[in-house]
Amino acid sequence: MAQGDPGRDADGSATLAARCTDPLTRMSPPALALSDVSCTFVDRSNPAARYTAVAGVSLHIGAGEFVSVVGPTGCGKSTLLNMGAGLLQPSTGTVSVFGEPLQGINRRAGYMFQAESLMPWRTALANVMAGLEFRGMPPADARAQAEDWLRRVGLGAFGDRYPHQMSGGMRKRASLAQTLVLDPDIILMDEPFSALDIQTRQLMENELLDLWQSKKKAVLFITHDLDEAIAMSDRVVVLSAGPASHPIGEFTVDLARPRDVAEVRSTPRFIELHQAIWAVLRDEVLKGYQQQLAVKG
Amino acid sequence: MWQTLKPNPRNLRLWQVGLLLAIFVLWHVLTVPGLVPPMVFENDQQAAFFFGEPLKVAGRIWRWFATDADIYSHLGVTLVETVLAFGIGALSGLAGGLWLALQPMASALLEPYIKALNSMPRIILAPIFAVWFGLGIASKVALGVTLVFFIVFFNVYQGVKEVSPVILANARMLGASPRQLLRHVYLPSATSWVFSSLHTSVGLAFVGAVVGEYLGSASGVGYLIHQAEGVFDINTVMAGILVLTGFALALDGAVGRIERRLMVWQPKGGESERL
Repeated sequence: MAQGDPGRDADGSATLAARCTDPLTRMSPPALALSDVSCTFVDRSNPAARYTAVAGVSLHIGAGEFVSVVGPTGCGKSTLLNMGAGLLQPSTGTVSVFGEPLQGINRRAGYMFQAESLMPWRTALANVMAGLEFRGMPPADARAQAEDWLRRVGLGAFGDRYPHQMSGGMRKRASLAQTLVLDPDIILMDEPFSALDIQTRQLMENELLDLWQSKKKAVLFITHDLDEAIAMSDRVVVLSAGPASHPIGEFTVDLARPRDVAEVRSTPRFIELHQAIWAVLRDEVLKGYQQQLAVKG
Repeated sequence: MWQTLKPNPRNLRLWQVGLLLAIFVLWHVLTVPGLVPPMVFENDQQAAFFFGEPLKVAGRIWRWFATDADIYSHLGVTLVETVLAFGIGALSGLAGGLWLALQPMASALLEPYIKALNSMPRIILAPIFAVWFGLGIASKVALGVTLVFFIVFFNVYQGVKEVSPVILANARMLGASPRQLLRHVYLPSATSWVFSSLHTSVGLAFVGAVVGEYLGSASGVGYLIHQAEGVFDINTVMAGILVLTGFALALDGAVGRIERRLMVWQPKGGESERL
């Protein structure tokens, strides 16, 4: 048995060598891996005051996997995403992208922000072109691709509109096109649809699922809406209430694809999953709520 | 009758013209010797001496522009000074504001000095500039630049500081290099602040030019006014002031046009129309 299983060899170097030659692990390191990361903020006006947003988080997102992170408000979900994007350095722990340690901005990731992120001085088309332009693509090619993506998100006729001339839903679509036109291997989304009304939201969720289905990118999706998380993802990770929040539960969503986010909600399996995850999440939501009350009072 | 005549959005322009005419008529009635008995002054010549007479003022302007046609070179000089002062002041203010806003250490170091320079009454630099740059165009431009620079500088500085962090983070995620961030995020954002200060800064460039001319020069509308004042020709002084006012209005209108052309991306209130 000992000679047949190199992975259990007492010699550490042999184990490493065996791992490296194993075709499966060599070919598919996780698209995004947060290993035991924590993030502590220092108060600018009071350097002695510190706030640990997240602590000891390990999170792996495989290539082509759709993972949602849910948790109570203020639990550091966005912090996690910013570390994955390279906008924020973790205080401890490491972030790696396809096996490579992340340095600076994550070039293989696209980020869709919760707040308005379009440049108000650019038209919808120019906004979608921006990333391609920054990468030095010839303007004619960039324009063609941007126009194609605007059509895909249903804004084909609105390319010459400025952000202030578009509705909230249209701006979100433009943001989506702006992110996806770069064809990122990892898509980070921070409650992207939370500002939309429920109908627009379900439409956009379905559109996002269709786009994802055809390209199979790794998605890390942050939301506070458990229904949304279950309906969209392969896996749901539950974060505890802050400070020092960390994952307290992980659920694999085995609902068949392709899904319709509105219809899938009434299936028995969805309800079962919802109950199981809510049982874990509920206490944390209450805890988070009480902490907010305590801070206010 | 009064219902249709009283000021409303449709006849607003008419009322504005009427108000102007009324002021000129009042001016005329109160100053022309012998028309009304003197109330404030001892004899009826003094009102005309102190305030000028609108008909003579109009005659002066007519001679400047039509019969003698000798004001154009002076207006040209003033215009060149204004445009140069505005251009140089705005560009250097833009560059300085951008640079300082992106260099926190330098801005912390220079902060008290910039504050001091800004609160100084900079008009007082005019004599120094006259010594440094002579009595030609350069000293007037220098005065205008010191006035314009700080307006634009502070607006750009503020503009860069208030760039939305989300838009900035988004541009970085889209792959913008520091240079591209400057060109595509900081600069457009700062430009909108420059434009919001444009009306003030064009006006100040004009003030710099005219005050500079007034204090010492051989051409320009300010020079004309100074000459007339020297011989107590109040009608010519008034004519000069009116010409300057009209000129400033025209400049302001031009700025407004450029602003509307360049700032199409800015939201404007009330774009709906009731039919």
